[in-house]
Amino acid sequence: MQFDQIMVRYGEMALKGKNRHKFEQKLQSNVTHKLKRYPATKLKKTRDRMYVMLNGEDPYKVMETCQEVFGIQSLSFAIRTEKEEDKIKEAALFAFNDSENAKTFKISAKRTDKTFPIGSQEMNQRLGGHILKNTEDVTVDVHNPDVEISVEIRQDAVYITAKKYPGAGGLPVGTTGKTLLLLSGGIDSPVAGYLAMKRGVEVEAIHFHSPPYTSERAKQKVMDLAQELTRFGIKLKVHLIPFTNIQQKIHQEMPEGYSMTIMRRLMLRISEAVAKEQEILSMTTGESLGQVASQTMESMSAINDVTNYPVIRPLVAMDKLDIISISQQIGMYDISIRPYEDCCTVFVPKSPKTRPSKEKARYYESAVDFSEDIKQAVEEREIMELKLQTASESVNEFKDLF
Amino acid sequence: MIYLDNSATTKPYPEVVQSFQKVAEQYYANPSSIHKFGSEAERLLLQSKKQAAQLLKVSPEEVIFTSGGTEGNNIAIKGIALEHQSRGKHIITTQIEHPSVLEACRALESLGFEVSYLPVTETGSVRVEDIKASIRQDTVLISIMSVNNELGTVQPIREIGQVVHEYPKIFFHVDHVQGLGKIDMDFYECGIDLCTMSGHKVHGLNGTGALFVKRRTKLFPLHHGGGQEGAYRAGTENLAGNVSFVKALRMSMQQKATAVNKLRTLNERLRNRLAVNPFVIINSPSEAAPHIINVSVPGFKPEVVIHALGEKGIYISTMSACSSKRSDESAVLAACQLKEDRTTSALRISMSYQNTQEEIDMFASELEKVLAELNKVMG
Repeated sequence: MQFDQIMVRYGEMALKGKNRHKFEQKLQSNVTHKLKRYPATKLKKTRDRMYVMLNGEDPYKVMETCQEVFGIQSLSFAIRTEKEEDKIKEAALFAFNDSENAKTFKISAKRTDKTFPIGSQEMNQRLGGHILKNTEDVTVDVHNPDVEISVEIRQDAVYITAKKYPGAGGLPVGTTGKTLLLLSGGIDSPVAGYLAMKRGVEVEAIHFHSPPYTSERAKQKVMDLAQELTRFGIKLKVHLIPFTNIQQKIHQEMPEGYSMTIMRRLMLRISEAVAKEQEILSMTTGESLGQVASQTMESMSAINDVTNYPVIRPLVAMDKLDIISISQQIGMYDISIRPYEDCCTVFVPKSPKTRPSKEKARYYESAVDFSEDIKQAVEEREIMELKLQTASESVNEFKDLF
Repeated sequence: MIYLDNSATTKPYPEVVQSFQKVAEQYYANPSSIHKFGSEAERLLLQSKKQAAQLLKVSPEEVIFTSGGTEGNNIAIKGIALEHQSRGKHIITTQIEHPSVLEACRALESLGFEVSYLPVTETGSVRVEDIKASIRQDTVLISIMSVNNELGTVQPIREIGQVVHEYPKIFFHVDHVQGLGKIDMDFYECGIDLCTMSGHKVHGLNGTGALFVKRRTKLFPLHHGGGQEGAYRAGTENLAGNVSFVKALRMSMQQKATAVNKLRTLNERLRNRLAVNPFVIINSPSEAAPHIINVSVPGFKPEVVIHALGEKGIYISTMSACSSKRSDESAVLAACQLKEDRTTSALRISMSYQNTQEEIDMFASELEKVLAELNKVMG
């Protein structure tokens, strides 16, 4: 016996009233994209649920993949079986055995098809008895069971589901607008992007690189991080901004203590210009309050001064250790700790101002006109469009060698 | 030519040699060099780890590229023993391991370690109860091969893994050189901490291979230097070799998926032929790995049989004579407590997915002829 489908339960999107249809459609398309690497799977939607038909694909791998999709509250394997008592018993036992370590259970039978001769109460008892007979140290607990096995007897067949697997939660990516993520090569910004996606936001990324001060490897690292983010966002456009000239100009012409603040202000101005062009309504950063000099309250105020776009900071109140643990969970950490310099670490002043004021920043900047440089940086940017890879595509350029 | 010595070395796939050549010519930069060319080589290196990890169902950082089986076994056994000696100095292995395991253990004995060399059954299986019984407070490592190189006996790795699992401080090393690409073995599910693999047994090139080292396993490295391979094995990477190994791994696993039944059929066919040969006793158990059949020809000198077959372009081997007290006796068969006439007359026929039914039939007939001919003189 094998599981033949996965039941998908929606999360809070079920509450979203009139938008619900749009949310469901988006979720369906995201799941479909994620399951491309399991080509036999088929998606089926009913009024309040979604079912992934496995058609022979490995149930546990498909489950794992579905667990990465935002907008899903929980999932369960399901078995469809004929309306015969013995078959139902066998399936119920199989479903129970999927939860290792479960010591208590409850059967919830529901008989939609009233022509079926066994009533639901009677069914509960018979199935419960069957499981008790075939297991050891397992008891029934109707109030607080480790596993609830639900059995639905419908016109066409009987559906049995057991253990609930947690979904990724959140909202389907693409249902709550778009943001431009300032992606460095560090630990924080990919996590910020991930959390924005979790709230249903579609993400584009912008990265500043300063060759020859920053290396090919540093750029590759960012692309690898961006590629990982497609596991959650399906697709991701990366804007690579050539930043060398501006950084040199800042280094030469701005007071050292303010160079970091002014660099960040320019990054935000460039980001805003790109966002405007792409019709993106907000920017997202990995800033976390008090973490480094640029992330004090004063710095945030001085940097934020250049834009009136909302700047989303999903990590603002999080501890570094919590951020690291998310980074590890989503498989970004090992990439993030590759030791290459990015543009933020190259021209670091010896003692950056931790309490810059926006008035002074404005004053220093007023002596030099950056607007041409900004325009040029935006124009000369390189745009890479990444998308979720299927298993066969993942060995990219070296494919013929393997 | 009929090549039936695949447990010694296999013929490399042409595609493997092509990959090697291409990488050697085009990506010769040092992956640690910081220029762009070096970074391309590094990317290729990472990609080969990723690909190997995917095939082996492990994480990329758990794959350590090596020069082959002997090196893998040494890194694993000495590395664990030296790193964890403060916790205990006892190692458990079997009497029928490959010399690179046995000799590494003996070398550790000379440094004050104690090693239990467990006996095996008549068919070369280690008993799980024996392992259980020999575990001590100070045991740090259990090293068992997945498939015996002379007999093809498949060891109960999963069951042993379950035993070791109850002792979280003991490391479990598996010498998988003969099992790779021939039997199924999920490293995680079997509770394996370290697993040795070799390229030239799976149609890769000599001097290539890998060691699986489970995440968070600490090893005392045998080579110190530039910190390559996660500092488990310093030294500039053999990029062309590594890429070619991964290619061989992929191709042999694919062949296993499609051709393992064919190999079993060949095995049975050969067994049936050998069973009716009056001079031959089959030593390999019927549930052994499909590519190895070990037989004894009591009364005959195995070298003579091998040379006689060699003249007809048929290549098989005798036992590996290393690690035996007597140079003409198979230590593995002796450990199985077979009689002397069998331990001194063993022949090993080892097939690959490439062998055909015609070759097997031809070999069986020629062996019959050779033995009948020699019987006039020696028998």
